[in-house]
Amino acid sequence: MKMKYDTVIGLEIHLELQTHSKLFCGCSTTFGQEPNINCCPICLGLPGSLPVFNRRAIELAVSVALALNSAVQQKSRFDRKNYFYPDLPKGYQISQYDQPLARGGYLEIEFDEESRRINLERVHLEEEAGKLMHAGDSIFDSSYSLVDYNRAGIALLEIVTKPDIHSGREARLFLEDLRTLLLYTGASDCKMEEGSLRCDANISLRPVGSTALGTRVEVKNMNSFRAVEMALNYEVKRQEEILSADGHIIQETCHWDEEKKETIPLRGKEGSSDYRYFPEPDLLPLTLEASFIEKQSALLPELPRQRRVRFKEHYGLNGKEATLLTENRTLGDFFEAAANDYSDYRNLVKWIQGDLLYQLRESGKSVEQIEPGLLVELITLLNNGNITRPVAKELLAEMVLSGKSPHKLVQEKGLGRISGQEKLLPLVDRVIAENPEAVENYRRGKEKASAFLVGRVMALSGGRADPEELSKLIKGKIS
Amino acid sequence: MAIDFAEEVDHVAHLARLTLDWEEKVRMAEQLSKILETARRVQELDTTGIEPTAHVITLPAVLREDLTRPSLPLNRVLQNAPTRQKDFFRVPSITAVKQVEE
Repeated sequence: MKMKYDTVIGLEIHLELQTHSKLFCGCSTTFGQEPNINCCPICLGLPGSLPVFNRRAIELAVSVALALNSAVQQKSRFDRKNYFYPDLPKGYQISQYDQPLARGGYLEIEFDEESRRINLERVHLEEEAGKLMHAGDSIFDSSYSLVDYNRAGIALLEIVTKPDIHSGREARLFLEDLRTLLLYTGASDCKMEEGSLRCDANISLRPVGSTALGTRVEVKNMNSFRAVEMALNYEVKRQEEILSADGHIIQETCHWDEEKKETIPLRGKEGSSDYRYFPEPDLLPLTLEASFIEKQSALLPELPRQRRVRFKEHYGLNGKEATLLTENRTLGDFFEAAANDYSDYRNLVKWIQGDLLYQLRESGKSVEQIEPGLLVELITLLNNGNITRPVAKELLAEMVLSGKSPHKLVQEKGLGRISGQEKLLPLVDRVIAENPEAVENYRRGKEKASAFLVGRVMALSGGRADPEELSKLIKGKIS
Repeated sequence: MAIDFAEEVDHVAHLARLTLDWEEKVRMAEQLSKILETARRVQELDTTGIEPTAHVITLPAVLREDLTRPSLPLNRVLQNAPTRQKDFFRVPSITAVKQVEE
């Protein structure tokens, strides 16, 4: 009989904090600049330089820890993690070892309509490494590397989960929810493509029912949430095949190869004792007053989960609608601003998730550029019968592009609704005369034929007639 | 020099990317064992009730404001580069280094 295995996954997330200057020096953190221009004796580790904490980095780190329900330590310490790798100018990284900034914590995620709590091990601060560019096609066959230290020394927050995740999909959902939360705190721009949010994974398998952990493999170089899911699914299959054939998993670090869609071993994993951690002598232990931590806590915005619950309760939205409006914070802000002036909330959401999002995508605009009051104005024009639905849709596109008020657009373009027999009947008569076949079909019982005729009149009116009114008129004429 | 201790010296030398000849290894082994002996003696002290400290200074760490300051001119940044290629440090590939070592 084939053995069944449970998957055990722990994630390490690295997050570049959004500060102006680096963690220990005044060099700029601006992304995408000429190589090696944001370097100084401190981040290059030149003799005689001394690191000094960046207050903003500490504040952001504390607020993320609090948002993750992690216990911020009033006393924490920085250590040197020693290893040689060309992206590390000093030969060590200033990091935190046995006295991290925050311990424990959790994030609740929605998994198949159910709430799952993913527990955290710790949250700590460290400095970012430089960026290596490998000559040749891949890291495996390059003959030399080029180093840019602009990134070295940027404040990096490491979030470590407990081995609480059980599938690639769950890992992706966790990361998506984590990213939303992090964006709410404003601590990072979370751009995976620019490397400001990165994720490594430890994954092992164990026979169902066993409590001992299997040998784990570390997977790196996953450059999107989708890649994380794919790489972990790949590892599950690979490890399952080895274990099923009575083989042994080698503890190692693998690279996810995005082209080949497989994990490739990179180097034997050095044990943590090989890093020879010791207290960073150039930095005093970090002491945070309770008042400092309380202040960060008070400054935290409403977080996605709280907002989702409030949107459901206060506005009567369903789960899907509430999720849409919380995943995207600015879209939620837009909704709330509009909901101040318009109380049919469900209808408002329908406009936002349907036509508004579509027009935003089409025009390449962001929701921040749209005045919420304009959407309310548009919906009100429609509800009062001043314009028809097709015209409303057209106006929305115009409104998104130009930012002009729907009222003004109606006047400018003469888009007000055409109603009343004296205006509509001439159009109806013309369409009936021009489409004898459709009229005949309708008389033989084809209901659809009347819709066709309504469509023709609508086209003649430039979408300004009311379809229901038209339908009645036409049926009255030809029945 | 005890065999296991010789291995320890080799291991530490490898981590520091140092190549030591036999004489140097013997000398390092002697010095390291003296250091370890000192640490052992320090450990004999009764430290009950004394809070562990990482630093002799008891002042809290200073925080600076998040302001940028001018960085070094590029030529100064790259002046100690083993090899410079355009505005980058050029170093042997890590995989190439691995192969030479093994």
